Amino acid sequence: MRKVVVLAKQVPDTANIAADAMKEDGTVNRGALPAIFNPEDLNALEMALQVKEQLGCEVHVITMGPNTATAVLKHSLYLGADKVWLVSDRKFAGADTLATSQVLAKAIQHVGDVSMVFAGRQAIDGDTAQVGPQVANLLDFNLVAFATELKSVSAEHITVARDAEVQTEVIQAPFPVLITVSHEANSPRYPNATRMLKYFRDDIAIPTLDRETLNIPEELCGLKGSPTKVFAIKNIQLTGGAHQMYEGANDGIRALVRDIVKDYTEV
Amino acid sequence: MKTIVFVERNPVTGKMRDVSVEMTFKAHTLMKPLNGQVVAVYVGESLPQQHENLFKYGADKLVTALHPELKQFQAMPYKRVLENIVKAENPDIVLFGATHYGRELAPLISSSLNTGLTADCTQLYIDNYKDKGKILFQARPAFGGNILATIITPDHRPMMATVREGVMLLPEDNKAVNNPIRMDNVPFEFKKEWIRSKVLSVIPKAEKVNLGGANIIIAGGAGVGSRDNFNMLRSLAEQLGGEVAASRAAVDFGFIEKDRMVGQTGQVVRPKLYIACGISGSVQHRAGMEESKKILAINTDPDAPIFKIAHMGIVGDVKEILPIMLKCLKEEA
Repeated sequence: MRKVVVLAKQVPDTANIAADAMKEDGTVNRGALPAIFNPEDLNALEMALQVKEQLGCEVHVITMGPNTATAVLKHSLYLGADKVWLVSDRKFAGADTLATSQVLAKAIQHVGDVSMVFAGRQAIDGDTAQVGPQVANLLDFNLVAFATELKSVSAEHITVARDAEVQTEVIQAPFPVLITVSHEANSPRYPNATRMLKYFRDDIAIPTLDRETLNIPEELCGLKGSPTKVFAIKNIQLTGGAHQMYEGANDGIRALVRDIVKDYTEV
Repeated sequence: MKTIVFVERNPVTGKMRDVSVEMTFKAHTLMKPLNGQVVAVYVGESLPQQHENLFKYGADKLVTALHPELKQFQAMPYKRVLENIVKAENPDIVLFGATHYGRELAPLISSSLNTGLTADCTQLYIDNYKDKGKILFQARPAFGGNILATIITPDHRPMMATVREGVMLLPEDNKAVNNPIRMDNVPFEFKKEWIRSKVLSVIPKAEKVNLGGANIIIAGGAGVGSRDNFNMLRSLAEQLGGEVAASRAAVDFGFIEKDRMVGQTGQVVRPKLYIACGISGSVQHRAGMEESKKILAINTDPDAPIFKIAHMGIVGDVKEILPIMLKCLKEEA
């Protein structure tokens, strides 16, 4: 059976930052941010499931992270994934995109015989869009980034539209290929009730792949394997205060309009 | 020290992308105090229009790799060609535009060269770091724009970064660098097997609205309330000689098209005057407009973050304020 892999990530929900998400001192209160399925990884999974419906294949979902990241894997099972893998090892902690790609590439090789890999365009906690292409490079897979539509899939190749800013490109990519999927590509399906009942139980065994199983040298993963280091973190604080307020009634607005016309429209 | 700047051509207009020149000037300001060199690199079929601007803004040399098969950008063959040039030039720094092509190509190169890559940098500077001597410090917004992280690549070379269009500024014309033109076309053997995908068709999008050049921008958010209400913003823009823009919320509500979106995932603008109508001012939106010279905020919520960065403000409903503004404008005229 043809195998397709989806790379998924559990991320803090940075898009819906509530008032209590920032502490008094301006730092991020991670505890107040719910952990969610990275939104565009759901689009990647949806595309994989559509490929499965058209072509017949096994959909494997891989996530790298701590044990709590199994929530993402369980959700994938509810949606229709056939098999899920947790890639986890304390030595993987602190990985930048390059070190992450080393581990994920090995995990994909461990699944074996994979013809297509789907990943979200980018994760909302880092917004780098780098891990997908870096995995493709390590596996020597073909790459199509920023897919916005699944056009068709056959036994030899997949055809997608992709966003290239000023133009849309329709690309036919032979296997093996890694595709990064944008949120425009589809609307992810809802969990299937029967599958939820089947996989909801706590004792569902989720296979874990650690560093030894994947045979990755220590110096290639985690902090050690990361060429980039965080030198400093600065909280973005709004300075504010020094502004001129105008009254929201006729006279205030007239004064404002006068100021605008005087300062910005006269030559 | 040596910095490579990856130069891109807009495939629809044939012109060089603005970010290519912006990065070139940034690289020049980084390299000049160190007596370093800025090497612009272009891969494609033919040179982009206006490539002379690379020299105007500080390129010491333009290295080109031209081949008919490279007319359409494709990650795999571009990677092969660029990787060889980078290896031959052996730079300390490589910069890419954070365009779609740049963001696809840069991670492939960083993976091949086993080095660090920092995405979407908003500030780049060179400083001493421990015993490593002078290295590149790369600041970027992270965590949904709530923090600014400074990233370094201390032990690997080259140090790589992508930079968004409109973030690095060009100097006034009289402060241009005006280096002599120096081109170097690299001969190479193109291998058919580099091309793995087939581009079946290319559909140009309607010309992108370029908000970057506008002196006045009138932007609407969720508070504008409807698609029709955006017409008030359009009238205001017409009378003031500005452009209409929007926050992500307004785009998501379908009030206006995405090509006018300002923010982290939209355009970065810095007009003389930015009028934010019914925009609360999320970090994502601020990332695209907070460098505006003057910001006027109109919002019902006096605690909205937009007021924290605004220079002028009115607490009130845009739906009521804008008609009065339009009326006053007519009377002033």
